This record gives sequence, structure tokens and C-alpha cells, in this order.
Amino acid sequence: MKAATFDYVRPASVDEVCRLLADAGEMERKIIAGGQTLVPLMAMRMSRPDMLIDINDVNGLSEIEDKGDHLVIGGCTRQRALERSEIISKRLPLLAKAIRKVGHIQTRNRGTIGGSIVHGDPTAEISMAALALEASVLLRSVSEEKEVPLDGFFEAAMVTNIEPDQILTEVRIPVWEGASIGTGFYETASRESDYAIVSAMAQIELAADGTIVKAAVSAGGVAPCPLKLRGVELALKGSKPAELSSALDGLDEEIDPDTDVHATAGYRSRVARRLITRAIEDAVSEAKNERD
Amino acid sequence: MKEIEVTLTVNKRVHTVNVAPRMTLVDCLRDILRLTGTHVGCEHGVCGACSVMFDGEPVRSCLMFAVQAEGHEITTVEGLVGEDGEISDLQDSFWECHAMQCGYCTPGMLISSHALLMENPSPDDHDIREAISGNLCRCTGYQQIVEAVKMAAERRQEGL
Repeated sequence: MKAATFDYVRPASVDEVCRLLADAGEMERKIIAGGQTLVPLMAMRMSRPDMLIDINDVNGLSEIEDKGDHLVIGGCTRQRALERSEIISKRLPLLAKAIRKVGHIQTRNRGTIGGSIVHGDPTAEISMAALALEASVLLRSVSEEKEVPLDGFFEAAMVTNIEPDQILTEVRIPVWEGASIGTGFYETASRESDYAIVSAMAQIELAADGTIVKAAVSAGGVAPCPLKLRGVELALKGSKPAELSSALDGLDEEIDPDTDVHATAGYRSRVARRLITRAIEDAVSEAKNERD
Repeated sequence: MKEIEVTLTVNKRVHTVNVAPRMTLVDCLRDILRLTGTHVGCEHGVCGACSVMFDGEPVRSCLMFAVQAEGHEITTVEGLVGEDGEISDLQDSFWECHAMQCGYCTPGMLISSHALLMENPSPDDHDIREAISGNLCRCTGYQQIVEAVKMAAERRQEGL
């Protein structure tokens, strides 16, 4: 369980990082931020980069900024910083609710928001929340900087659409401004804080008459990647909370669970249905309380 | 592979070491600095036996490379003892509650509970279980560990 040999550099700027990535040629150069996913992969020799580019000393990659209708979170922001951030708890309640279930305290102290997203773990809570809220990421290379929506970013388990010459510098997550917003989050795991077997989250906005005006719903562990449940969201929109049960009628067509050592596909389907329902119910009742 | 010079502070002492980039922080602590109190278990971030304080926060030292510790401050389980060399109140509670059997997980458990008590002086059972959820123990069933942390917290509250 020792990583293969590699060269190590610790550049001070994003420009320098991009240059190092662009100059890789045939070599594999990888960015290390928190290392909480990458280092285990290297220890198991599933990843053998020729060079690690440590971005922990790059300035300006770990700020959380409120831009009004969205938050900009630096790619190297520690998960623990998200957990302790007042801006996050006020403006992104869904992420705030999920963040304590991301790994353990020891891994959240190192692990970053960008690292979690670029690795694309199928049950990663950060990716699920960001995807549900229609977040985008800013990817930079020597030649360009582009904003890429997370919708379509997750390709397969542990595979995302970031090019080898790109660095994720920012995550932009939309903030809901409505008066009556609630969130819900559930997951099931063997033990607290373990990898989730199935997870579900929802953010709901209610109109004054109690109609659902906005719904963001996502699930993990029911497909190779985190999944935004657009069918469920569509069914929820415009409906009254009393009609919740029918919103999940099309769920089985949206999810694609697999059987593995942790659980069967059938179990995942059944649990997902319950957890998604509970997450939506929690979100609705929280939103009602906000209004009252 | 070329070695890199790294200067780091461990238990308040400054050390300069030469390490290959692939050497993990835990291997550096144990094999170069001879601080073998920190244990190395799974080597891929599952068991928590290698937990150390890094700039005042608990981290897994098998998931960091020693080169990344340049300029940083580390406290290992050896650093928990008092100035007089006596074991800490937390370690004493572990001893009293028999919060260990084989002792393999103990340094990690101590670091995690030490970090918890710094942040939350009066944790309930759930807080304690959450704090040590990243540390595997195959002997005790965790109960005595939870009791030990609670005892340490209560004694501190009572000023004992």
C-alpha cells in the first residue's frame, strides 16, 4: 500500500499549475488538493501519476464569496471550512445539511469541494447538492477558462468531464432567494459517516398558497453517478404537498441502480424511494415553518 | 526519485528531513523521526490509526505525503503528554475505563477525542461516537472508549 514514485511540485499560482499541466506531454500529471480520494487511489496503485502538482499553496483558491444570486466557492476550499461557514449555512442550507456526512472529521479537514466534485464518487454528498441546485464549475487551462454546468459533468463512477490539462478553480452554486424554502437530506450507510449506500436530498420552495414553485431533488447510489431527478422535480412543481406520493410515479425510469457488495439493485430502489420521499417531506415541512 | 528537504514542527520541535515525495507523513513520523506512537494500519484512509493533529486539526497522516508538511505543525500522540512527562487526563481516563485491548487503534482514538474535547468540552454520546467514527477498533466494541472520553470531559468540567 505504498504509492508508486512520482515527482512533486508546489506552484504558487494557477497560471503555473496550468503551465505544468499543459507541458505534461506523454506524462500523467495530477493535481493534489486535499488528497482524500487521490491518495488512497495511489496507495492501491489504481492511480500512478508521474507528477503531483500540489495546489495547497496557491492563493485565492479557498474563498467563499456571496455574489447575490449565487455563491462562488474556491476549488480548494476545505470541506471543514464549508461546514463551519456562516455564509454556507445561511445561503446554501442543503449543502450545510449534507456536509457533516461527507467522510469523517479527519478527512473533511483535508478534503476539498473541488476534489470531491472532480473525482465523481457516485454517492458524494457535495456533488449531489451542487448538482441538485444546478451548480457549475469553472475549469481553467493555459488556453481558456470556461464555465461548465455540473449537469453532464459526471460521466460514470469516478469519471468526470475534466480534461487532463484543466484545473477546477471555482464552484458556482445558485442561491434560492424565496421566503419559504426548506431542505431535506437522508442517507443510509453501514455506520455513521461511512460511504452512503443510498442517499437523497431535496430543496423545495413554496408559494404563499402552499403550492410547490421550485423543487431540486437528487439521489446517490442509484446510478453510476450522482443523479438529478428531473422527472420528480417536474412532477412536484405546481403541485400541493398533499399530492406528494404521485410525484415519485416515474422514479424507476429515472434511476439505474446496480448490485454490489453493499446492496442489491432492488434494495437500493426500495430505499431510494423511501429516502427521497422523506427528504421531500422534510423540505416541505421546513419550508412551511419558514413561512409561518 | 530525488529526495526533497522538508522542515516541519512535530510536538513543538522543529525537524528537517529528506524524504522521497511518495513517503507518507505517517512513515516519516515513524521511520525517520522515530515517533512510533502513531500507528499505521490500513494505509489508505480507512482505519484512522494514523490520526495526528495537523495545524491544530485531526487528519489522517497516511493520506498526506511528508513533503506536504513543509512549514506545518504536527502533534502526535507523544505530544499529548504534559510538560512533566505524565500522561494527559484523557489518556488517564482511557486507562481507567480500559478503553483499549490490543492498543492498535488507541493513538488514533486519543487524537480524535483530544480534538473533540478541544472543540466541544461537554460532548454527549452521539458527539463522541461521531468524533471517533473515523477510527476503527476491533476489540472494545467502542463502549469503553466512549465512556473514557465522557469521563475526561466530566473531570475537566469539574476541574479535577
